[in-house]
Amino acid sequence: MAHHDEATQSDEGNALPSFSHPMPLPTLLATFGALIFFTIVTVVVAKTLPLGSFEVWVSIGIATVKAALVLLFFMHMLHDKPFNVLVFMSSFLFVALFVGIVLTDTDQYQDTIREAESEDAGAAMFSPLLERLTAAEEDK
Amino acid sequence: MTTADAADAAHGEGDDHGHNDHGHHEHGEFIAHHFTGPRQQYDSAKLGIWLFLVTEVLFFSGLFVAYTIYRYHHPEVFNLASEFLDTTLGAINTVVLLFSSLTMAWAVRAAQLEQRRLSAILVTITIFCAAMFLGVKAVEYSHKWHIGLFVAHFFDYDPGHHGGANYLLLLSIVPAGSAVVCFLLAGLGLGTGKPMSGQFWGLMGLGLIGFFGGTGLGVFYQDNFAPADPGTSVPVIASHSEGGEAEDVHAGAETTAQEAGEAEAAHAVESEGHDESEAHHGDEEHAHPGDDHGGDDHGGHDVVINQEEVDAINATSNLGVFFSIYYFMTGLHAFHIIAGILALGWLLYRIVHLNFRADYYGPVDYVGLYWHLVDLIWIYLFPLLYLIG
Repeated sequence: MAHHDEATQSDEGNALPSFSHPMPLPTLLATFGALIFFTIVTVVVAKTLPLGSFEVWVSIGIATVKAALVLLFFMHMLHDKPFNVLVFMSSFLFVALFVGIVLTDTDQYQDTIREAESEDAGAAMFSPLLERLTAAEEDK
Repeated sequence: MTTADAADAAHGEGDDHGHNDHGHHEHGEFIAHHFTGPRQQYDSAKLGIWLFLVTEVLFFSGLFVAYTIYRYHHPEVFNLASEFLDTTLGAINTVVLLFSSLTMAWAVRAAQLEQRRLSAILVTITIFCAAMFLGVKAVEYSHKWHIGLFVAHFFDYDPGHHGGANYLLLLSIVPAGSAVVCFLLAGLGLGTGKPMSGQFWGLMGLGLIGFFGGTGLGVFYQDNFAPADPGTSVPVIASHSEGGEAEDVHAGAETTAQEAGEAEAAHAVESEGHDESEAHHGDEEHAHPGDDHGGDDHGGHDVVINQEEVDAINATSNLGVFFSIYYFMTGLHAFHIIAGILALGWLLYRIVHLNFRADYYGPVDYVGLYWHLVDLIWIYLFPLLYLIG
């Protein structure tokens, strides 16, 4: 929470009010640099590493690091009231409940849906085609 | 300029605020009467905007749930569908949006420090980037519509056909019209001795021009570097291609030849002319655009998708469901970008009219928080949609 001291005055000499915490410019630029860096990392990882089913978790992990940078520095959460932080973060609790409960629910009747789908000629064509596309990509 | 001058200037432009003494920090004209001071007003509004962002997160979460459920149960659909999304265009848009977040955060700092000129410029750059994002998006959408990637059962993928209206031109009408209106109003303001109004509309017009920066960049990329769509870089071995065309080998060449001109308004008529003509005969090297730009990740699939398979894909609604999710997630996000442009425009108006000062910069901060949330959502959308498989 170390604010820089030179910014207790505005450029025009007026005293800054106590609730004003201008984010130092180097911090903003460094945050932007880190965000670009992680964008490159996530593309390279997704395109080159054979992570299989873990890939989505790695992608989400990197996205979460980027989101944290935006929240802390661009959105000034670092200097915000703890109550505001609590309010915003609580939304993710409800998102987790939402996703979790619906996922559990749909899992219960997936088998029934799949049985109906297997009679669908298009769905049957799907997997072989995907396998060929994947194989062609791996050949490169 | 001192704070008192600023307040005077703001007053002179016809503000409808109260008549308190200018420059008096505790009871300035910017304080609504039900607040005790700048700090209480700022804190209250800040809690309000955070609560609004909570509702925004929950609003989007419905679509994220749809995405999660469908991907969890049908991972193969997502793997195939992601072949149709262009990672490079997605990455370009990510960088554009991150940059706009930087300029927005910097604009908040400038407003806090009463650097009014700088904050006006930074908000204009933010609007420019927002419009640019939409421009790139317009190129992506119009390309998908041309090859029949629509929602649900409207999905009708046809790699050998570039049909439909000139979608990019249609999508450009509103931004072009808005920019022209802004410049006309700027001229009017400057001509009738209202410099602040003139400056605002001029900067707004400059910001909206960003849309055409985006479409220009997108079209240039698609014409020169874009990998082919699945099944289009090689001849489509069609069992029953449209119009009873016998030389199927040329179907692939036709596709890519058309693709090159597809996005540009000027070329639209030309490529339609190529539709049934034989002008593409012997154009074999165009059949393998992936080879020309060898390093590309999935440039040129050496896979033959035959017509039966294309028909089969279209017969199931599976890919259509993916594109429903894709269009609704990116579309709702784009809608938020449009709302953001309007909010940023309002902010720009107030900055140009010198409404803000060291103890009253709240609106810049609040619009900034909203803008960063739009960026946050894209930070998740980009890997979830463009980086599958």
